Amino acid sequence: MSARTLFEKIWDAHVVAAETADTPAILYVDLHLVHEVTSPQAFSELRERGLKLRRPDRMLATLDHSTPTLPAHADGSRPYANPEARAQVAQLEANCREFGVELHGWDSTERGIVHVIGPELGATQPGMTIVCGDSHTSTHGAFGALAFGIGTTEVGHVMATQCLLQRQPKTMAIHVDGALPPGVGAKDLILHIIGTIGVDGGTGHVLEYRGAAIEALSMDERMTICNMSIEAGARAGLIAPDETTFAWLQGRPRVPQGAAWDAAVAQWRTLKSDDGARYDREVRIDAGAVKPTVTYGTHPGMAIALDAPVPAATNAQERRALDYMQSQPGQPMQGTPVDVVFVGSCTNSRLSDLREVARVLRGRRIAEGVRMLVVPGSEAVRREAEREGLHRVFLAAGAEWRVPGCSMCIAMNGDLAQPGQLVVSTSNRNFEGRQGKGARTVLASPATAAASAIAGHIADPRAYLGAADHSREQAA
Amino acid sequence: MKPITRLHSRTAVLADENIDTDRIIPARFLTTTTREGLGQLCFHDWRYQADGSDNAAFPLNRPEARGCSILVAGRNFGCGSSREHAPWALLDYGIRAVLCSEIADIFRGNALKNGLLAIVIDEPEHRWLLRHPGIELAIDVREQYIALPDGGRIRFALEPFARHCLLHGVDQLGYLLQHEKAITHYEQQEQAA
Ligand code: SF4
Repeated sequence: MSARTLFEKIWDAHVVAAETADTPAILYVDLHLVHEVTSPQAFSELRERGLKLRRPDRMLATLDHSTPTLPAHADGSRPYANPEARAQVAQLEANCREFGVELHGWDSTERGIVHVIGPELGATQPGMTIVCGDSHTSTHGAFGALAFGIGTTEVGHVMATQCLLQRQPKTMAIHVDGALPPGVGAKDLILHIIGTIGVDGGTGHVLEYRGAAIEALSMDERMTICNMSIEAGARAGLIAPDETTFAWLQGRPRVPQGAAWDAAVAQWRTLKSDDGARYDREVRIDAGAVKPTVTYGTHPGMAIALDAPVPAATNAQERRALDYMQSQPGQPMQGTPVDVVFVGSCTNSRLSDLREVARVLRGRRIAEGVRMLVVPGSEAVRREAEREGLHRVFLAAGAEWRVPGCSMCIAMNGDLAQPGQLVVSTSNRNFEGRQGKGARTVLASPATAAASAIAGHIADPRAYLGAADHSREQAA
Repeated sequence: MKPITRLHSRTAVLADENIDTDRIIPARFLTTTTREGLGQLCFHDWRYQADGSDNAAFPLNRPEARGCSILVAGRNFGCGSSREHAPWALLDYGIRAVLCSEIADIFRGNALKNGLLAIVIDEPEHRWLLRHPGIELAIDVREQYIALPDGGRIRFALEPFARHCLLHGVDQLGYLLQHEKAITHYEQQEQAA
């Protein structure tokens, strides 16, 4: 067989019926993730048509988008933002009961953001096809799974048939050579990549991130990278599984055990692009040139190094974006006063992100007038962070420590910023109004977010990281 | 879905590039559990002032844009979230077609599945349409062209299966269900492997 890309290997293994000129391929789905926002209409449609779920055993549901991140009241009730949010969650609970879907609801010790818990449970595995009515399903590509977001009509298709109608997308390799400089992380890299290829640079393509700088990343960092593939317009992002992947997965609840584990790993080792495999497009990025990066406009492609001057607007849309953000052309974003700092979302709410934030915050207070929310991605992350005492660092610094959920990433659950407020956010979208009507979002890494909370304005985390290391040495 | 072969309308123009689905329908309205009634919320934060009155600066609020069911939008329309609420809201608002030189993948798929004609046209024609709001167009889905008032035609590509489904009102879930045998066969092979 001729040389194939990683994407082609996964695709080929899931074709139920091949694509023809007149019809798309029928593609089999291994794992279907479900949350409360994009599933109710699909369940209703099944009910109306008298259909059952084909493979409830291949579904996994959680509550995350509309859920409050403040703890339950004394009587056990939850502080929902509004009655509709409460009803939406109740509907998913009822749907999962009726249709027999495993739901990680309020009583689960594994509940969390859908793209955080899939990997944690080991439900996400190399070589799988994974879908969810959610564009950030691309996150799971970090494990070498073909994972992408679908609409609610397609959610119904997968529920009833475990399949999707799909035209084969194109492929694009993103080679990241060299090594990231100290104090520069995966979030900076992906913002830099989107800033380079553009917010629609990946449209119609599956991106495969490869090269020395990618291989050096931890699984958490790889998830941050793949998570934001959709922000470049891509269908999905992929990273070939390797020893880092296998070590991370081993022993998780849903992965095979014993001899079956060895067999799985042997098979997963074949999941990489062959030498000589051809991509439709290729891009090269020099990791060594990446700096702490933030956004200055109203889409994730409007990203620059935080010490670089904001570019002047070249058209009406860019003018509108700069006006909305009140960004000053010619001035760097560094130094811009900050009202709110949000650490959370499926991009940056895992344990390593929280450790990074704690590293910056330890022994310091956030600036007067700044509100900071730290929202763990899952109950497992929350447990582990509390075991390590990270929550005490956040609370001592003056930040709020919340219950897992999407929180201010989507601002439909009661966590939101006020009109005009500037939010430094570790999430993935800086669209107008995404974090509250009129709110201005600057996307940044966890370290930059933490440094900005302390400084009260957008700040370079490297100064703080350096100082923290120094004080640790002195204490030792 | 009802079959669609032709669509006649004047155009309304939203020239901004990268109009994301949060702008089409803000996330705080996604607590709905039905598909209906979202037209009131379409473009909500752009369309209304803080006090709830119409924002005169929103292009679709202009008198000449009222009743137009063909939207010509700036490049990369529908980027961002996969929410199908975006095409549901547009349809309920009265938009039946979106013409653009590039349309975000998930939005395009969602739109076509709901009978919203998400049509990609070449850049020169796109630029021309952006500069000429309010012109009368006729979209022919079968023959894949857009007729201009002067008799000119803009041809467009449409994925053949999506076109077939639009023309015949095909229920895609029904189509998938017809492949039950192949799906079962796939599952058996997978289990044997
Ligand atoms: S954290 Fe944000 S991006 Fe991630 S699933 Fe939730 S709403 Fe979507």
